[in-house]
Amino acid sequence: MAEKVLMLALSPTMEEGTIIKWLKKEGDAVKIGDVLCEVETDKASMDYESSQGGILLKIAVAEGGGAKVGEPIAIIGKKGEDISGLLAGPGRTAGPAASSAAVGAPGPAAAAVKVRETESGANGGAPGTSVRVKSSPLARVLAEQAGIDLARIQGTGPAGRVVKRDVESASASSVQAPSSQAGLRSESVPVSGKRKVIAERLSQSMFSAPHYYVRLAVQADGLLRARSALNARREKKVSINAFLMKFAAEAIKRYPMVNSSWQGASIQLFGAADIGLAVAQPDGLITPVVRDCGSKGLLQIDAELSGLIERALANKLKPEEYGGATFTISNLGSFGIDEFTAVINPPGSAILAVGSIKKEPVVGPDDRIEARTLMRLTLSCDHRVIDGALGANFLKYLGDIIEEPVRILY
Amino acid sequence: MSPSSSTKGARPSAGSAAQAYGKELLTRLLREMMLIRRFEEKAGQMYGLRKIGGFCHLYIGQEAVAVGTIAALDLAKDYVITGYRDHGHALACGMSPNTIMAELYGKATGCSKGKGGSMHMYDAARHMLGGNGIVGSQIPVATGVALKIKYRNENGVVLCYFGDGAIHQGAFHESMNLAKIYKLPVVFICENNHYGMGTDYKRVSSVEDFSIMGASYGIPGKKVNGMDVLTVYGEFVDAIATVRKSGEPLFYEIDTYRYRGHSMSDPAHYRTKEELDEYKEQDPILILKKQMSEAKLLTEDEYGQIDEEMTDLSNKAADFADASPEPEIDSLYEDVLA
Amino acid sequence: MAVITFREALRQAIDEEMTRDESVILLGEEVGQYNGAYKVSQGLLDKYGDRRVIDTPISEEGFTGMGIGAALVGLRPIVEWMTFNFSFMAFDQILSNASKTRYMSGGQFTCPVVFRGPNGPAEYLSAQHSQALQSFYAHVPGLKVVAPSTPFDGKGLLKAAIRDDNPVMFLESELAYAWKGEVPEEEYVLPIGVADVKRPGSDVTIVGFGKPMKVILEAAEELERQGVKAEAIDLRTIRPLDENAVYESVRKTNRCVIVDEAWPFASVGSHVGWLVSKNCFDSLDAPVEVVSAEEVPMPYNHRLELASQPSVEKVIEAAKRVLYA
Repeated sequence: MAEKVLMLALSPTMEEGTIIKWLKKEGDAVKIGDVLCEVETDKASMDYESSQGGILLKIAVAEGGGAKVGEPIAIIGKKGEDISGLLAGPGRTAGPAASSAAVGAPGPAAAAVKVRETESGANGGAPGTSVRVKSSPLARVLAEQAGIDLARIQGTGPAGRVVKRDVESASASSVQAPSSQAGLRSESVPVSGKRKVIAERLSQSMFSAPHYYVRLAVQADGLLRARSALNARREKKVSINAFLMKFAAEAIKRYPMVNSSWQGASIQLFGAADIGLAVAQPDGLITPVVRDCGSKGLLQIDAELSGLIERALANKLKPEEYGGATFTISNLGSFGIDEFTAVINPPGSAILAVGSIKKEPVVGPDDRIEARTLMRLTLSCDHRVIDGALGANFLKYLGDIIEEPVRILY
Repeated sequence: MSPSSSTKGARPSAGSAAQAYGKELLTRLLREMMLIRRFEEKAGQMYGLRKIGGFCHLYIGQEAVAVGTIAALDLAKDYVITGYRDHGHALACGMSPNTIMAELYGKATGCSKGKGGSMHMYDAARHMLGGNGIVGSQIPVATGVALKIKYRNENGVVLCYFGDGAIHQGAFHESMNLAKIYKLPVVFICENNHYGMGTDYKRVSSVEDFSIMGASYGIPGKKVNGMDVLTVYGEFVDAIATVRKSGEPLFYEIDTYRYRGHSMSDPAHYRTKEELDEYKEQDPILILKKQMSEAKLLTEDEYGQIDEEMTDLSNKAADFADASPEPEIDSLYEDVLA
Repeated sequence: MAVITFREALRQAIDEEMTRDESVILLGEEVGQYNGAYKVSQGLLDKYGDRRVIDTPISEEGFTGMGIGAALVGLRPIVEWMTFNFSFMAFDQILSNASKTRYMSGGQFTCPVVFRGPNGPAEYLSAQHSQALQSFYAHVPGLKVVAPSTPFDGKGLLKAAIRDDNPVMFLESELAYAWKGEVPEEEYVLPIGVADVKRPGSDVTIVGFGKPMKVILEAAEELERQGVKAEAIDLRTIRPLDENAVYESVRKTNRCVIVDEAWPFASVGSHVGWLVSKNCFDSLDAPVEVVSAEEVPMPYNHRLELASQPSVEKVIEAAKRVLYA
């Protein structure tokens, strides 16, 4: 029975071949292995050897013509056979399409490609909606279990990575997000750069430095008398804060370890008492620093402080004017606060929180109740550097100076 | 047998040899060679239709080597191991055309479950240790098989085939040495088809007569005409008897020729049409046909009938392969480890 | 329990298996008359004769292939390479034949052969003779790769390797042959593919195998003195890998250091590091550390060669990094 002669792939990559020359003509006898024609492939010209024997009944693709692999190029059969059916009908052998369909496993094209939908806003460039927090995978799991927002935790790992221990120490003091209440608006407020800095610095301080607090109520009469005496002869009044800075610097001279910083492998003792004062601004908090208060007189401290505060309120402080306080004072007395605790301002290891000066009943000599002018001080200490006794001694000495400023001459 | 004895002339003339061997054996040899020829032609055609992929090295022209040598074996105790041009050896070992064609198609019914392909025809039961795709890599393995035969006193022989390309691999030389020092029953057979891929063997060999290479290792070597199956067969009946008795290795260069390119993608432009035609006139099938006709052991009708039968077997093998299932995806991880 | 050397333990394993199973043979350079380059096979030629203890020429590709061929038809050869540094002369045989014949034949053949010898740095041997080459073999499906760290493990695992129906790469260590350890008198076999906790701990997981386990255990002791409890996991088998033993430990400690004396690029260490990162991601509190060889050929000078290898100090440092300490 007559059969089609199909174009074969004569090179691994050949898709189509061109008949250069027929070496047999219609009517010729063909033996298996005879070269039927020369075919130009994509690589070379190749002899097409017949794998079928018989008479070449029909040449379907003339010289110069092309055929895709699997397409008939001729018909071979017995002499006189009717080949009209073959000229029209499908070939006996399945073509390459069927072959590749049989061989091919479901490929990647069959798999539905789903474009990942991004969360609304996440990639939209809205300012401040997404802050990437470096954290270990374990810390993420632990924070999620504890319901703590990772962004609220200051990491102590490399480059501030939040790690297991950070989550553990944060979980005790973690603040849950307040639920919304009637009349209040629930909204997400963008975080300013300054707010972010404050958040990072103070979180790092709070969650890495083990804080403890020592408190002392001091009689402010001596301080007030000294200040009145000084200011009586001056047009510009020296502030209480300038006095406190000077007194703190004097106390630091006696207890220099208070003026230091935990560095992990070492403790850095600072050669000068650079004392910062927390100043409230509408959009946050800043601590201008008066350098080396120990070697400066009260008037100079006050003058510098006034200038710094002025520039702070005008938002004009330069970084070198508010960074690197070795000791910090925060005074909320003017807000009418009796006493409070403050978060240590790194790189320092202690911060003095000062309450308002007011008269209070005090048990005096002979157990009599007297009215005294008191000021309540709370010293926050980094326990890694300042042990309890040191914190207590320092604050007591500072209190003594406040009560009796002449002591700084001792 | 002495090292590097000459190639022709020692054996009885073809006609008398044919008479001596008798019709049954000769018909068997003819059938086997024709099965290989028709099977390979079919494989070539199916490769062209992309039913078969990758490398596909056809054995057309070399049939007398595999058939003549393996016919002299007792595969109950003897072994065969060869290189990547292995379809002919597989068929000569008695593996079914269906399982070989299915392997070429990569089907689950292939002898290697579709995981080996053209170069890796194996049949443990028939002691066919495969086709090896790395030139010469099978030769050291053959010494190991021979070591086991010796260790177990099985009196078997290993026939280890490789080409004129592999003979320059270190593996060949190391193996010859090992076989000699341990007295291993292995026959190293270099099927010299004249071209290591596209390179004429004479261009890359320090000697033209490979048979002298055995001498370096104290192994008798001989060159045999691989286009005459009766010569090959007769030589190997003797050789195998010798090895069974001595337990020592032999080395043969069998001179042969492949009609096709190195693989299906090779147009074989490195040789002339005249050269090819010259060899086609010494076609091993035609030679045997002539020998049998002259000895009145084969009629034209009988030949035509055998041809038809072998063509039919090959077509059926293709049909079987075509109808066979693809391997299950789950089989991917099967047979990595025992 | 008897205290014996690593080499004696290995010899006992070979000896016992050769007695138990007549199909086990030993072949390699100097295994017979010379009694083994490292004396592992001492006395075996006298006991079993040259039919079963076969001295080979310096012909790694040839005799390795011979071992494979014999394995394919039913023997259980133990092929000794004088060192794994020479195994690359035979790499094709391992890669193309030992690991693949089963797969290529559709499961018709098994290849029960053991390739063994010292692997990894020794001393003063320079670049070509002092290499940790496990990564090359660990890469290949179809092989098993075993690397014991004690005489006890060595004996039990070598017996298992000889009985295994697959090609097993058995990595020993030149420097460890003289190490001593307790080995029971009675017969035992250890399963291939099961890791061992060599020292329990809760703070950090240190994973290793083979000779560097000694470094790991010394580092763990020092860490203990510093208040850190390290868990030392000895993989014992590289392929198949006992992944779960590692994961279990890391999920407990949240930290992982891997010690591999090979070069780190595409190594067992880097692979285990990837597996841990992938499978213990949510348990990790720190990135996985790998302590490996430095990426240089082994120098001859002793100071330099020590500097190129994992050390107790390097392991401690890595442990501290993952502990943020």
